[in-house]
Amino acid sequence: MNLIKIAKLIFEYAKYGEDGSVVGTSRAIDNVSIDIEKGSFVAVLGHNGSGKSTLAKHLNAILLPTEGTVWIGEDDTKNPDALWDIRQRAGMVFQNPDNQIIANVVEEDVAFGPENIGVPTRDIWRRVDESLKAVGMTAFRKKSPNKLSGGQKQRVAIAGVMAMKPDCIILDEPTAMLDPHGREDVIRTVHELNKQENITVVLITHYMEEVIDADRIIVMDEGKVVMDGTPKEIFSKVDQLKKYRLDVPQVTELAYELKKEGVPLEDGILTIEELVDALCQ
Amino acid sequence: MSIKLEHVNYIYEPDTAFPVHATDDVSLEIHDGEFIALIGHTGSGKSTLIQHLNGLIHPTSGTIYYNGKNIADADFSMKELRSKVGLVFQYPEHQLFEMDVFTDVCFGPKNLGLSEEEIEQRAKDALEMVGLDESYYKQSPFELSGGQKRRVAIAGVLAMKPEVLILDEPTAGLDPKGRDEILDQVAWLHKNSHMTIILVSHSMEDVARYAQRLIVMNKGKVMFDATPVEVFRHYKELETMGLAAPQVTYIAHALKEHGLDINTDVTTVEEAKKEILRLWRQRTC
Repeated sequence: MNLIKIAKLIFEYAKYGEDGSVVGTSRAIDNVSIDIEKGSFVAVLGHNGSGKSTLAKHLNAILLPTEGTVWIGEDDTKNPDALWDIRQRAGMVFQNPDNQIIANVVEEDVAFGPENIGVPTRDIWRRVDESLKAVGMTAFRKKSPNKLSGGQKQRVAIAGVMAMKPDCIILDEPTAMLDPHGREDVIRTVHELNKQENITVVLITHYMEEVIDADRIIVMDEGKVVMDGTPKEIFSKVDQLKKYRLDVPQVTELAYELKKEGVPLEDGILTIEELVDALCQ
Repeated sequence: MSIKLEHVNYIYEPDTAFPVHATDDVSLEIHDGEFIALIGHTGSGKSTLIQHLNGLIHPTSGTIYYNGKNIADADFSMKELRSKVGLVFQYPEHQLFEMDVFTDVCFGPKNLGLSEEEIEQRAKDALEMVGLDESYYKQSPFELSGGQKRRVAIAGVLAMKPEVLILDEPTAGLDPKGRDEILDQVAWLHKNSHMTIILVSHSMEDVARYAQRLIVMNKGKVMFDATPVEVFRHYKELETMGLAAPQVTYIAHALKEHGLDINTDVTTVEEAKKEILRLWRQRTC
């Protein structure tokens, strides 16, 4: 079953001249059609300016299509009556942890969303408990968010989305500002939510090693979908990825280089174990 | 040109109920022409340390010497220090503000009170150093891509003609190609302009590839200060500090555990490839 359906999506920005008049348009999304299955973990890769974030912002109606349609479940994002429903079902987490936290205490921050949609108080607390537990931040519930590390703040932001009981979480470079430890924590948390709570995940990132466990990878370039497949399929195409200004994990690159030198290895090796097994057979 | 730190301590909010010891008895010397990478998890004291290097903050205790002169002395020229030690902050493109690229880069040298000619020459040189040609001069910095904006911001610091360039996570938020481009540019500056480079980074892969010396901070202290190869031998200790070694170093260790006679001192894909091919060709593998 598809949770998200994107059909022939086109999005154009207006360009403004020095006097403020519109002098043309620039196409950020160019005829994109994607279906995302409920419960899947989808990663979106692409260089800066490839249209990834613009696409993500269509998934909870922050942006509306210039042409084409985006459905979340049964709801067309262009239908204003469905807006609240869509935003509840598809929650977003952004890059900068400091821009997303609004309360002085962790648990109040997590409660902000459900409070706004009129959830009864007792239910709010239950949701806060569950959400904090799901991201492993229960021990910090009474703490001030500004005493947390970047990775912890991002997990609080994710808990805030979870408290809305969404079907889908869209994360737009959630680890760009984090150290390796924080990055690992956030990615692990997102995988757990995907597996245990059956939350559909759309993860946008520039770190190749974060997407090797995804069910599916979509690569964007110039506003178009240029590759779509499993991590193994995508990372088998090292040269093509580099053409799109992307990269592969170090282990994949090493295997690729060794293969070029005549070592018999299969394409698209993604983990250290795979490479070691292949070399030591 | 050298910067020397002796027993530098910095405490945020001293004399309150919440003092934070951000740098804890740090002693080190930065020599001319080095390429140093500074690593450590968030909150380990990296940013506090680099702000000491151009006098943005003063140590709570301890001394900093620039070319042998104590920067706390009354007759020390802080202005000179700040023009010689250029600091590129995180997300420096947020500090762009002028109408066009060229004017933005001119801002720093203009404040040094130089002649019009000298200012323009410096801006041209700086933009050339970051690989932006004349076609960018009159463009608005806000219409450039993320990587290009960042280059403009770096050019703004280079126009001050620093001898030491400090970059705080210059590749955060850039795509893989953009990361390589910025770091290649920095490596070029190091090699051709003989600038001393201090790179703050969260990417072990990047620091292994570019730096000659690695300084590892944890809880405000310097834990390691050696070559990347030497530091990454301690990968297990690095993990306890929220850090890691490059992925290829783990591959080498995993192969060693499988009984291969591999040199585990590999930190880049190139080195790992050479070492594995050596074994492969001996057919011990």
